[in-house]
Formats: sequence, C-alpha cells, structure tokens
Amino acid sequence: METLNYINNGHTLSSWLLTRDHKRIALLYLASITFFFFLGGLFAFMIRLELLTPAGDVMTADTYNKMFTMHGVVMVFFFLIPSIPAVLGNFLIPIMIGAKDLAFPRINLLSWYIYVLGGLFTLTAALSGGVDTGWTFYTPYSTAAANSHVITAALGVFITGFSSILTGLNFIVTIHRMRAPGLTWFRLPLFVWAHYATSLIMVLGTPVIAITVLLVAAERVLHLGIFDPALGGDPVLFQHLFWFYSHPAVYIMILPAMGVISEIVQAFSRKNIFGYSFIAFSSLAIAIVGFLVWGHHIFVAGQSVYAGMIFSFLSFVVAIPSAIKVFNWTATIYKGSVRLDAPMLYAFGFLGLFTIGGLTGLFLAAMGLDIHMHDTYFVVAHFHYIMVGGAIMGYLGGLHYWWPKMTGRLYHERWAKFAALMVFVGFNLTFFPQFLAGYLGMPRRYHSYPDEFQVFNVASTLGASVLSVGYVLPMIYFVWSLFRGEKSPADPWGAKGLEWETPSPPPTENFFVTPIVTHGTHQYAPPSKEVGIV
Amino acid sequence: MSDGRPHADEYYPGPVHQPPVHIAGTHVEHTHGHHPKLQHHFDTMAQQVEASTLGMWVFLVTEIMFFGGLFMAYLVYRTASPEGFAEASHHLNVTWGAVNTLVLIVSSLTMALGVRAAQTSAPPKTQVFWIVATMVLGTMFLGVKAIEYTDKFTHHLVPGPNFKWEGHHPAAAEMFYSLYFCMTGLHALHMVIGLGIMTVIAVMAWRRQFDEDYYTPVEVAGLYWHFVDIVWIFLFPLLYLIGGHFIE
Amino acid sequence: MFTNFPFFPEQASAQAAQVDGIYFFMLAVTAFFSLLIAGLVVLFAIKYRRRHKDEVGVDIHGSLALELLWTIIPFMITMVMFGWGVKVFYNMYRPPAGAMEIYVVGKQWMWKAQHMDGLREVNELHVPVGRPVKLIMGSEDVLHSFYIPAFRVKADVIPGRYNHLWFTATKPGRYHLFCAEYCGTKHSGMIGWVYAMEPTAFQAWLGGGNASDTPAAAGAKLFEDLVCSSCHRDDALSRAPQLKGLFGHTVQLQNGATAVADESYIRESIVNPQAKVVSGFQPIMPTFQGLVTEEQLLQLIAYVRSLGEAKPSAAPAGAAATPGPGKE
Repeated sequence: METLNYINNGHTLSSWLLTRDHKRIALLYLASITFFFFLGGLFAFMIRLELLTPAGDVMTADTYNKMFTMHGVVMVFFFLIPSIPAVLGNFLIPIMIGAKDLAFPRINLLSWYIYVLGGLFTLTAALSGGVDTGWTFYTPYSTAAANSHVITAALGVFITGFSSILTGLNFIVTIHRMRAPGLTWFRLPLFVWAHYATSLIMVLGTPVIAITVLLVAAERVLHLGIFDPALGGDPVLFQHLFWFYSHPAVYIMILPAMGVISEIVQAFSRKNIFGYSFIAFSSLAIAIVGFLVWGHHIFVAGQSVYAGMIFSFLSFVVAIPSAIKVFNWTATIYKGSVRLDAPMLYAFGFLGLFTIGGLTGLFLAAMGLDIHMHDTYFVVAHFHYIMVGGAIMGYLGGLHYWWPKMTGRLYHERWAKFAALMVFVGFNLTFFPQFLAGYLGMPRRYHSYPDEFQVFNVASTLGASVLSVGYVLPMIYFVWSLFRGEKSPADPWGAKGLEWETPSPPPTENFFVTPIVTHGTHQYAPPSKEVGIV
Repeated sequence: MSDGRPHADEYYPGPVHQPPVHIAGTHVEHTHGHHPKLQHHFDTMAQQVEASTLGMWVFLVTEIMFFGGLFMAYLVYRTASPEGFAEASHHLNVTWGAVNTLVLIVSSLTMALGVRAAQTSAPPKTQVFWIVATMVLGTMFLGVKAIEYTDKFTHHLVPGPNFKWEGHHPAAAEMFYSLYFCMTGLHALHMVIGLGIMTVIAVMAWRRQFDEDYYTPVEVAGLYWHFVDIVWIFLFPLLYLIGGHFIE
Repeated sequence: MFTNFPFFPEQASAQAAQVDGIYFFMLAVTAFFSLLIAGLVVLFAIKYRRRHKDEVGVDIHGSLALELLWTIIPFMITMVMFGWGVKVFYNMYRPPAGAMEIYVVGKQWMWKAQHMDGLREVNELHVPVGRPVKLIMGSEDVLHSFYIPAFRVKADVIPGRYNHLWFTATKPGRYHLFCAEYCGTKHSGMIGWVYAMEPTAFQAWLGGGNASDTPAAAGAKLFEDLVCSSCHRDDALSRAPQLKGLFGHTVQLQNGATAVADESYIRESIVNPQAKVVSGFQPIMPTFQGLVTEEQLLQLIAYVRSLGEAKPSAAPAGAAATPGPGKE
C-alpha cells in the first residue's frame, strides 16, 4: 500500500485543476511551461532553417518576421520569466522555510489560470496568422504600420503579466510571514533569497509593461497617438517605458537560476556556500540597480548623451554583484567533496557560459562600442548566453536536482549526463559564431543576408540541431522515470536543507510537524574553527 | 564521517518520523478550538492577518507602478507643451472635478468608519450602513464621470477621427485628452472593481461574519478603497487645475 | 560559402580604429576571466573529487579579504571600460565644424540620400575619403537605423525628429549599408552600398551625376508654392519672423525660453508651429503636417539655411535645441 503523498492524495481531474497545494500547482506550471518551451523552440527551428542560406528561400519575409517575433514573445513571457519561480519556486519555497503552503494558495492557483489565459491569447495570435512586430513591439510600427495580430498578442502579454505579479506578491508575503520558528533571514537558503529579490522585480516592474502594452493596444484600436509622431507623440517614450520593465525582466530570468546554482554547488561539493551574505546582498543589489539601467537599450536613438552616460555607468555597476557571485561559487567548490552528477554538470555549464554572457554584456554597456554592436547578432549572442547558457542551464540543473524530491523517482543518470553534454556543446556551437557575425556587422531580424555571413549561420544551425537533441532527451528519460524509475529516498544526494528532511515525494502538508530551526542550513562538516566571515 | 543520513544506494522504507538533523526539537503546533476563519496553512490568526494586510500593501505598490506609466507619459508631454496642456485643461469642468474630489474624500471617511464598525464588533446593520454609504458615494463619483465624458463627447474632445480643437495647440490638446481618458478611465475601472469588492464585503457583513477577532477583509478592502481615492487626489490637480485656471 | 569569409570587419573610417580599440581590450578581459573561471572550476572538480561515499567538504564560510579583492578589482576594470566607452562615444557624437552635410531619409524600405549640390541617391551613398561627413537623417514612416559596419557608425532614424551621425572615411572602397532597426516586411532588404572615393574621383562623380535642383533651390520653389512668403516677408509688413540670417541664431520665445534655430527647430516650426512661438508674434502660422514629406522638409530647411546663417554655433547642431514634443 503506497504511502500518502501529495501526488496520490486525490486522483480526480478536479483535485488537480482546483488544487490549492503549491506542489501540484508547480506541476501544472511544469506541464504548461514545457509546452510553451517547445512551441518557442519550434519557432527557433524555423528561424535557423531559414538562416542556413543567405537568400530568403524557405519562407516569405513576413512569415520569417513572425517567426522571430513569436519565438521571442513565447520564450520570454511564457517560458523564461515563469520557469524557475513557477515550477521550482512554487514547489520548494514553502518547504525550504518550513511552511505548509504559500501565504495565498488560491491566488497561486489563480496565477496559473491567468498564465494559461494569457497563453491562449498568444496561441490564438500565433494560430490566426501571427504577429510580426518583434517581441519588443516598437512603435510606431506596432501601432500604425503592422498588419498582424498585434492586439491579441499584446493582450496575451498583458494578461500573463498578472500571473507574474501575483506570484511575486505571494512569494514576498510568504517569505516575510511564514518562516518556521528560528528561521531568521540569514539562515534562509540562498534559493529563497534569490526568489525574494526576483519577486521584488516582478512586483515593481511588471505593472509598467502591463500599462505600456495596454497603451499600444489602445493606440491601435482607438488611434490615440501617445506614441505616434504624426499626433505629436514620441516613439522613444515607448522605448523608455518598455525597457523600464524589460531590462529588470532579464534579472527576473537570471536571479532564480543563480539561486538554483547556489544550492547545487553546495550540495555537490558537500560544503557551505562561500560568502553567504555577499551572495544574499548581491541578489538584492542586482534587483535594485537593475531598475536603473534601462537606457542602455536606447544609446543610439538620440537620447541625451549625459543620460546615456549615467545608464552606461550603472550598467557596469550592475555587473559587479554578478561577478561577486561567480567568484563565490567557484570558491565554494575549492576544498569541497565534488561529484559531477547531472545537476552539477549543468551548474558548471552555467558558471562558464554565464561568465561569458555577462562579460559580453559589458561590451554593450560601453557606449562607443554599442554604436557598432547595437541591433546586431552580437546582442543576440549575448542574451542567449545569459538566458540559455545561464537561465535554462539553471532550470535544467534544478529540475534534475529536485526531480527525485518532486516525483519520488530517480532519473537515469547516464542519459542525463549525456544530455547535459549535448546541451553544452550544441549551445556553444549555436551561439558563439553569432558573436563573430555580429561584430562583422550582421544585423538582427534579417530574413536574408549577404553571403559572407553564411558560414557563421550554418555553424549556428548545426549547433541548434545538437542543442535540440539535448533538450528532447530529458523529456524522454524524465517521463520514463515516472513509470519505471527507481524510487527515491528522502535525500538521494546526501544534501542539506529542509526539503531533504521530508519524504520524496512530500506529503500534502509538507511536514508532519512544524520544524524548528536552530542554525543555518547547509552545514556539512562539523562546525570547526570558522574560516572567515559568513 | 557517517552522519546517519540515507544515501542513494540505500532504500528508505517509508516516510515515517525521520529524525531531522539540524532541527532542534519538534513542537506540536496544532491547537484545538482555533478561530473558524483560520486557514489551515497558517499557524495563528495573527499570522494570517499580517499576511493578508502585507499582501494588500504589496498589491497597492504594483498599482502605483501601473498608474505610474501613465503619470510618466503625462510628465513627458506636459513638459514638452506646458501651454498646450494648460489650454486643454481649461475645457475640463473644475466644479465637477472638485465635487468628485469631495465625494471620494467623504467616501474614504465612510470606509474608515466601516472598518472601525467591524473592528469594534458593531451590529451588522451599522457595518453594512457604512459600507453601503461608501458604495453610494462611489456610484455618485462614477455618475459625475459619466456626465463629464458625455460632455466631452458632444464637444468633440474625444481623441481620434472626431477630435476637433479650436484653440492654439491642437496636437498638445489631443495628447492631453488621450491621457485624460486613459488616466481617468483606468481610475474609473478601479472604482468599478472597488464597488464589486464592496458588494462582497457588505454581504459578508450582513451575514455577521465580521467582529473584533476577524475583520481582515474589511480592512484590506478599505486599503484598496483609500488607494483608489489617493490616485484621484493626484489626478484632480494634474488634469483639472493646470495653469491656475480656477482663478479666471 | 567557405571561401573568403572575413572574421573581422574592415576598418574604413577614422572612428573604426577607436571602436576596435575598446573591443580588443574588452575581449582580452573577457577571455581572461572566462578562462580563469573555467580553469579553476575544472581544476577544483578534479582535485577535490569525492573519494568516498560519506566524504564532505571543509568547513569554510568566507573571507572578507577575498570579497573585497574581487569586488574592487572588477569595479576598477569596469570603470576603465566605462570611461573609455564614453570618450569614444563623445567623439563619435560631435561632428567637427565644417563637415560635409548630406541629408538622408529612410522610408519603408529604402534609403534616400540628398547631397547639398543636388545629387540624389537611392540605397547608395558616395562620400569622399579624408573629409568628415555628417548625415542628417529623418524617417518618413517608422523607426529605421542607418548602419555602416565598416565605419562602425550607426544612428536610429526616428519619425518626427532628426538624428545625425558623422564619420571620416579613410579607405576607398565599397561598404555595406544596413537598416538596423526592424521596420517590417523588407527590413532585411533595406540595404545598400556606401562608396568611399578619393577626393578627385568624388569630384568627378559629383560633376557627372544627374543633378537635379539643389535642395536649397527645391526648397525655394516650395517656399513659393506653399505661399510661405506671404507671411515670411523681408520687409516691415512681415507678420512672421525674419528668415534671413536665422539659421543657427538663438531665438527668443514667447514663454521666455530660448531656442537655437537648427534643423530640428525649423522642422518643428513647419509641422507644429504652435510649439515654439517667437516672442512678439501671434501664433497664427498654420501647420503643414501631412502636406510636406520628410524630403521636402529637408529642402525647406536647406532653403532657409541658404538665406544666411548666424555665426556658426559652437555646439553640434541638434544638441543645443530645447526639446520639443516628439523629442526625448
């Protein structure tokens, strides 16, 4: 007779679709996010197929323009932003803080339904002909000239934004008010700190893009003219409002991944994180300073040089906390007891690729250099290094690390290692050539291009094929593990943390008794003469 | 060093009471006879109340950012065309605007009294009275806005193909009215939602659900209402009172 | 495909070397830190690999000295990058006085260039080597961006305002011109060639071209056709400000502010005359929004300019104008 856990505690469809259990909601998100990931991947496949040859011979220009637009919209709003917070954050935060659920379980469920509704709008836009404005919706093209389903897509983004806002709100209140007795702020796992910082951004930034896309839709329908120069409006105002959210949004995408890396690096070195409070404060610093750099997207639009200088300066400053984190993670591995299980392979991939991605961002922060690089493939390569080489590696690493906890099953480790390797190799082959093509001058969003860029594009498409295999494999072995995988004990990795104290999978109420915490998590070796500060 | 923790190659027989390692002791939190409104994932009513109010405050911060985008657009365009905005603002009726301001301020008073009634376990009739008074005032506000919007429509001041401006700064005027309708329209939408929330609260109060031990929904609804009021306090001078026009 | 592909763009302007300088510095820093982290991580993974099942790591929590070290050093390095980037940008943003000016209009999906002596080009731009060239650019419709990779210059082209960029070509040759801001269907078709020519060759090209009216002459014709002269007269009966000697002059406005009469000011005065009313005049000028194209606006500006300029302003044109609607 199987013991009762959150998965078998109720088998009906409505017990899943009307659940208030944060763990079940996490799985609902897992399913829908995976769907959108592969949809976005399909659009990417179309892009790379077209770019194999210089001529635009696979699809029309309009269709291609819709492909890259929808790739961006789906990946940013429906995959990257929710992924780690909605799946891993939802599942783990209450457990990591010793609580029975998030502060507002019904709002958590509502959050998922809003996400699905927004997704349906976007899917409708895609299926009824697509949208071709770029995920950035720049005006006046999006308000006056585009002939595609801008309003539906904009509304899809608008609606999904509320899912993000409610998730962030839930996390903030939960972390403030639901910590177990004895769990002070500085005993929290860094995964929780990362999500706290992320939630601040979600809550402060998302409403701004909400009003901005709403204004785009209103302008298109009612001919209002807020961004339309013909009516005295300012197209650059749109860019300021858009990037005020969309820059912090990239920190929504990376901070949770950094939280995952902090956990994995500790678990697979069996060692306390090096520089705990520095990493915690760096997360907050990234969230705060991240709101002050949006103008670096507008250097060449004729913004005041002095404003540009301030944005450039702050863009360099915001890189420092990330650098601090990378050094601290590396130092954590020093004198650890290291095992290269699949989660740790993803963490290693993250360390290398995020470093490159972050440093290439600095190229773009340098104003004089940005003139040449803006809107070229250099930018495309930079953000894919961070979002794919960084955030997605973090997501996959976390998914592997906590899979036994979430499902009670062990996945096949050797296939996982192989998939991780394919992801790493495929990723680099896809995106490294884009740095070169970009500096050479290949602009973004080009359906056809001059011949001399072809060799880079062919390499890139080849890499994308390898990368896609790396992404499909986990689908297969994860699903397989649900039916035939070895059952997992409470703590298959020998790791520390409240989530490993409870069975795999956990009971619905997470813990049988409320834990009381007396010291920091993740103490592996017996406390000795402490070396240095925390 | 063996720490007694299970490892991957050992099977763990079942999820019974495993000794937690870094947890000092266990503590049975389950108290009998807790308040019927205590949701099961909270340990105490105090925790629930604090979580609810913090949640509403965080939500109101998101609302500030939501309106903030419009205020930014207003700031940019008014700076670009101060005389144009002043000229356009003169066609708004300050009297109606002032009436609405007064109405909302009084409605915040009635709201606060409604919260107090619940907080002091006043009879349900009293609680419902103050909440309904708030709703009446809110409806008056919306009625005035309907009058104003109709007036703008008949005077061709709705931006779009029918916009007609006789004054000096047509582009700025159309921009002003675009922002006027967006900002007051968004605000009015929030008022409508507020009325919906108040209906629910009134019904709950009528059903005797609030007393000094449990009145969080009223308090939290009150916070929302006050916020919507405060947004209007900013909108009124920015839209109606540009250029000292009430002196003329 | 595999023959003759470049890995690095040509340096064909004086600006290119400056830009590549920062690039190589940052490349070196990136390579250094990436290899350092990758190397350390791999080294530690091997050296500290788990040797038996129950092994744990050493109990180390942190080091203030190390934290300070790897905060301060990266900060200093980034400040060097920042300062250097600003310096290069500032140089690239300020055209020298006397730069040869060319008007450019972007529209879906082509580039139109107008030389001051009348020659017009579509999707091509001929420029002399060794002489600063300033492009004054507007858009007929949506956002575009004028990009010459070999010169390392780019500027967005925004409807409702003018942006500029400048360069000095150093190497004769033919270089790509791209639109670098997504503008719809044929965005990737909005490309062309920039031809840098030795001065004598350039003169020959100018002379042999099919010159139409100079922009100034075309502007003079428009001035008559649109009856601007009925108000903008040279004599005391003028109901409108004098245009002779206006260009570059600082104008006193009705509300007490001042403005420099540059391209942006004149453009705005034509499409949105009420925005800046000159002190002492009535706001009676009608708007010509929708009645003139961007190209025609540039011609009218060229005409006003030809009526005489105030002493050349020290600040770069466009930078000193007080912003009107449609600007930042």
